Amino acid sequence: MTPLLDVKGIAKRYGRHIGCADVSFDLWPGEVMGIVGESGSGKSTLLNCLAGHLAPDAGEVWFDTRVDGPKDTLKMGEPERRMLSRTDWAFVHQHARDGLRMGVSAGGNVGERLMAVGARNYGTIRHQAIDWLGRVEISEERVDDRPTTFSGGMQQRLQIARNLVTGPRLVFMDEPTGGLDVSVQARLLDLLRGLVRDMGLSAIVVTHDLAVVRLLADRLMVMKDGQVVETGLTDQVLDDPQHGYTQLLVSSVLQV
Amino acid sequence: MNFVQDGPMIQVTNLSKTFTLHNQGAAEIAVMEGADLSVAAAECVALVGVSGAGKSTLMRMIYGNYLAASGTITVGGLDVTQAAPREILSLRRVTLGYVSQFLRVVPRVPTLDVVAEPLLTLGVDVTEARDRAKAMLDRVNLPERLWGLSPTTFSGGEQQRVNVARGFIHAYPALLLDEPTASLDGANREVVLSLIEEAKARGAAIVGIFHDEEARDRVCDRQIDVSAFARRRAA
Amino acid sequence: MTDQAYNFAYLDEQTKRMIRRAILKGLAIPGYQVPFASREMPMPYGWGTGGVQVSAATLTPEDTLKVIDQGADDTTNAVSIRKFFERTAGVATTTSTRAASLIQTRHRIPEEDLTEDQILVYQVPIPEPLRFLEPRETETRKMHSLEEYGLMHVKLYEDISRHGHIATSYAYPVRVEGRYVMDPSPIPKFDNPKMEMPAIQLFGAGREQRIYAVPPYTEVVSLDFEDHPFDPSKAPHACGLCGAEDSYLDEVITDDEGGRMFVCSDTDYCECRRAAGHCGPQFPEAAA
Repeated sequence: MTPLLDVKGIAKRYGRHIGCADVSFDLWPGEVMGIVGESGSGKSTLLNCLAGHLAPDAGEVWFDTRVDGPKDTLKMGEPERRMLSRTDWAFVHQHARDGLRMGVSAGGNVGERLMAVGARNYGTIRHQAIDWLGRVEISEERVDDRPTTFSGGMQQRLQIARNLVTGPRLVFMDEPTGGLDVSVQARLLDLLRGLVRDMGLSAIVVTHDLAVVRLLADRLMVMKDGQVVETGLTDQVLDDPQHGYTQLLVSSVLQV
Repeated sequence: MNFVQDGPMIQVTNLSKTFTLHNQGAAEIAVMEGADLSVAAAECVALVGVSGAGKSTLMRMIYGNYLAASGTITVGGLDVTQAAPREILSLRRVTLGYVSQFLRVVPRVPTLDVVAEPLLTLGVDVTEARDRAKAMLDRVNLPERLWGLSPTTFSGGEQQRVNVARGFIHAYPALLLDEPTASLDGANREVVLSLIEEAKARGAAIVGIFHDEEARDRVCDRQIDVSAFARRRAA
Repeated sequence: MTDQAYNFAYLDEQTKRMIRRAILKGLAIPGYQVPFASREMPMPYGWGTGGVQVSAATLTPEDTLKVIDQGADDTTNAVSIRKFFERTAGVATTTSTRAASLIQTRHRIPEEDLTEDQILVYQVPIPEPLRFLEPRETETRKMHSLEEYGLMHVKLYEDISRHGHIATSYAYPVRVEGRYVMDPSPIPKFDNPKMEMPAIQLFGAGREQRIYAVPPYTEVVSLDFEDHPFDPSKAPHACGLCGAEDSYLDEVITDDEGGRMFVCSDTDYCECRRAAGHCGPQFPEAAA
């Protein structure tokens, strides 16, 4: 068995400021890895470097492609990398409007990735869109409505449907529950857990919310000032943190 | 997963544990040293010792929840202290069950799904998983009207029974039980004890913490006094 | 006669060379939008400045020019541009499709089949077919270069979901020679099938500074879905004047009591047919 993603020595600087430094890890099929740290810790920079949105200064991102086996995505040509991000990869943005086409109906939003990979039968595309809306608990009646008429939680679920419709194997999530009401967060977390389990998805979830990673992530990476200070099983890192910063982070969580 | 069939299911050798509190002057607290434990299939071993002696700590280390400072812990042939996260995850999915005193679940998820989840992660069909979850909830006498509700709002005893149902729904070859009968009345305590006996009968290796001495005497074959492994606080 | 104050066809020779290079590049890469340094022309944007520059760079003194606007030779835009070239290039002009060697058009393709000896120049307001769904030019250029055209079908999907059929009836997107998706300018979709023709087709967008082209006999496919195929239909009437049933029609209101008639939008086609003795239901006296 090979890891789905093998990250080696990713580094990104913004001038003199360090975005992230020498980050290495692997991710296996079906695993969900959380990346936590405070604002400015480099977790979003890292995510964007991995997903191909930012060019890192150094490092390799090996992805186990369906056809050719492991390939360094940073050395891929842009067409290949963009094709990957439409098929085997998905990216869930914190703000749904960054990941949705707000002027296009819910069905069109979900159908876009299908059409992008060559689907040309309206009935089939629409059927699949409705099926996916159902899986993210959006009523079929809303298929022709624009996301502007949706609540924040619905928009986020629509974004997830739009991303998962082509059956990706790796999902990048940037604060997927950020900015949502607590009750809406819970529903979204449960949905994500179910999808990860049923589709065998691997995911990398960036968040500053330790409760989210405890429920969603198998493994955890803690970042501070662009460096990875601790990694391990999520419950182990949270219950028996080894690094001073992680101990501080865990002890700073407000108890309800 | 390859099991080493010859040796004990759970084997702890010369295990030590230290907590370092970086934010409190890097205070080092050595809580355990030279711990040894061996549990064979179909055997139930009780951890005993005064409060704070490290019973839960040892159990958490076996589960991979706490890191060991030194020594080895093998469960079904896998050295938990050296294993990669995915190996421990696989161990927990297939081999090693854990009934803790705490219930950590996604809010708003129905109890039935909470109990069925370990089966779903094993790839059991959803209908079958739910059926088995129903049978198990029935067994622990959780009223059916609660099955569709999230256990986060349940009483202590109800939550404990959800925990038990979740821990026994899959026939784990190894089980860790942290006060499984706590906050249960006589009838429900009896249900849990018979679940433990059945697990033993099918060959599970069990490590348990029981304050309930009567229960301990009934299901456990041996006792290990964890106080023997406790270390004085380092200067 | 040429007004001596102007260079032939208004533009200076360097500019015409620059535009010709863009045209040749466009012909070499059918459907690809070639940037060019669009000049200020003595007419406002939206009046065909792109088409006029392409025509100016393409015209020779021997050419015969026809200019149509919505198929008609006698509308303001058509008359102005024809006059412009009569004055600045001194070329012969005509209203006959068959007699013209260069036809500048806004929003129509003539009904009469064009030949290998002719050039059709389109005036284009917005050359980027992906614009309305993806406003970032950097992104649309990348989509063209990587052939990422899923978004174009999203537009058609939205049409069907809202109207039950593809409601786009003009500027209907096409794929040229299996490669670039192209906006055929706001011609009616009825004209789309005619784009596979023996004549050269050149497209000029002045404000947007883009030129693109379709060489003769190039494959031009209108985008569609398997279960909602492209349908180049038109109003189900015959021309009230000439009786043609195969031409694109304009609806004309004839009185203030709801009276109306359908007439050929291609005025030359209609006149030629009537001259040949055809007549429509609302023009019986022509037969007389």
